[in-house]
Amino acid sequence: MMPLAALDWHSVFFLLFAALACACAVAVVLAENVVRMALYLVFSLGATAGLFFLAGAEFVGAMQLMIYVGGTLVLLVFGVMLTAQAPFVSIKTAPGDRVLAGVIGAALLAVLLQSAFSVADWRKPAVGREGEPAATPLGMALLGTRVDEAPAGAPPGIRSGYLLPFEIVSVHLLVVLVGAAYLARAKRRRTPRPIEVAASMEPPASLAAHAAAGRESARGGSVLAGGPR
Amino acid sequence: MAEFLINSVGLPEWLAWTLTALVAAVLILNVIAGGALVFIWAERKIAARIQDRLGPTRTGGRFGWLQSLADGIKLIAKEDLMPEGADGMLFRLAPYVSFCASFCAFIALPFAFDFVGQRLNVGVFFVVAVLGLEVFGVILAGYASASKWSLFGAMREAAQVVSYEVPLGMCVVVPVMLAGSMDLVTIAEKQAGWLGNWYLFHDPFTFVIFWVYVTCAVASVNRAPFDLAEAESELVAGFHTEYSGLRWSYFFMAEYGSMFLVSALAAVLFLGGWNGPIPVAKLMGLSAGTGDTAHYLVRLLGMVNLLGKATLGVLVMMWVRWTLPRLRIDQVMTTCLKYCTPIAAAMFAGAMIWQLVLPGGLVPGLSRPAGEIREGWLEGPGGRRPAPARGADVAGVSP
Repeated sequence: MMPLAALDWHSVFFLLFAALACACAVAVVLAENVVRMALYLVFSLGATAGLFFLAGAEFVGAMQLMIYVGGTLVLLVFGVMLTAQAPFVSIKTAPGDRVLAGVIGAALLAVLLQSAFSVADWRKPAVGREGEPAATPLGMALLGTRVDEAPAGAPPGIRSGYLLPFEIVSVHLLVVLVGAAYLARAKRRRTPRPIEVAASMEPPASLAAHAAAGRESARGGSVLAGGPR
Repeated sequence: MAEFLINSVGLPEWLAWTLTALVAAVLILNVIAGGALVFIWAERKIAARIQDRLGPTRTGGRFGWLQSLADGIKLIAKEDLMPEGADGMLFRLAPYVSFCASFCAFIALPFAFDFVGQRLNVGVFFVVAVLGLEVFGVILAGYASASKWSLFGAMREAAQVVSYEVPLGMCVVVPVMLAGSMDLVTIAEKQAGWLGNWYLFHDPFTFVIFWVYVTCAVASVNRAPFDLAEAESELVAGFHTEYSGLRWSYFFMAEYGSMFLVSALAAVLFLGGWNGPIPVAKLMGLSAGTGDTAHYLVRLLGMVNLLGKATLGVLVMMWVRWTLPRLRIDQVMTTCLKYCTPIAAAMFAGAMIWQLVLPGGLVPGLSRPAGEIREGWLEGPGGRRPAPARGADVAGVSP
């Protein structure tokens, strides 16, 4: 009983989530099946979201779930489409690539560790500003009003919030969205419209048409029509 | 509860927190599993009545109300089969992925003022994000089954869920905007009082967007008329063609859990949560300051209220399922992209303008302006305040 009481449960859960994230990340690299890779990636990203929730950053955690884990969903769909064809069922990494990737990864890790441990504030025990992980100040700051205090010694402009960066990012995303829609549309002209295909053919073709309407050309769909194995 | 265990019972801190978490988890599991039992029976009866049949009549008495239990025993006793070409690990894992996603979303769902697994500041966002993860299990199941029917079902489901998340997100944003908070407890508390305070009746735009939400919610949990992923007439049984026994029933528990969840979310966002059409608790004189027992009673009443609304939502889904024919995939996509998304966007803009032009409502005094109490007032400066009564005017009690 006593050893349990003496444990720092926050650290225990931190280590649990961190170990899960790292183990799944390694599994992504070592797995040979695209769908399994995507699954491990989902677990790794989900464990990272758990770390965010543990730190009290609920908004970032939910964002992580929605954007990264949800984004991997689309990846998974493409994984399924690709692996429906025999040559892609297993992806093997050449030993040379493995060594190269290991060297680059280790170098990046070394740089990150070095810079993380060189920040003096991060080495002190956590004395958090607890109990205010609210999303409202964040939203207000993005709209241009900082309701929280500006950090000491900050230039006067910092209180004006992040309206400009927010708008730039929004417009950028909008441009990307319009561009993607334009590209998908231009491609679709060469193939029959999805409604026509779906109305005139059996379910596999309607699926292919839908794939074309989505983010992929008709190729992914025709691969699918061949069946999984 | 943890504070009570530490201070009054004298348990060590870690044990108290573990017990608290276990109680919450077991209660939520019971909502999902027990709910599935009841809803499957209800579904069979409703389907039968709509088709002019009787449905189960013999098991367990007059109405066949033990039918689900008998089904459950049969499912447990069934052999757990796996197709020969299947990807074993993914095939075994898929039902649990689906079920866990459904379960996790319940953590942030409040059943009454502080009857909530974990009150999150971004509750709405969390629930919507986690709900979208259920489709992972379905895709894995479809892929790992090594069956073309399963694969088609899974890909249809993926396309459908990814598309319908867009209008669903837009519908959910409107109550968030009106309440000025993403906290589900705050959103529900701001609708306290009579029927007119519900966000459903806040303005014409929210009334329309509620029905868009209903459509998208039905689509996102894969119920007929949007059940293309398991279209029996085309795909045998869709993604769960190859599953049997207990693994199959996990998919079904996940499905009924999700149905209940989107209904409860609709109740919290648009139908006042635990604040009834009539503020019964307030009329009975049970409000903040009448003691602990009264608070508990008020919250219990509120929970019954919310569960009732959510059950009603599930029953409506069943009614819709057995009434409307299944849509084709292109019709599903048209409904999403050409109708739901533009309508939701227009209603969102409309609700925003209404909020700016007529903050007090069309008839002054009929409903309280939304957002008049800001986030944090509910709690007070010293942390969690005693729960306001169900139906009590929150703005009146706060400082």
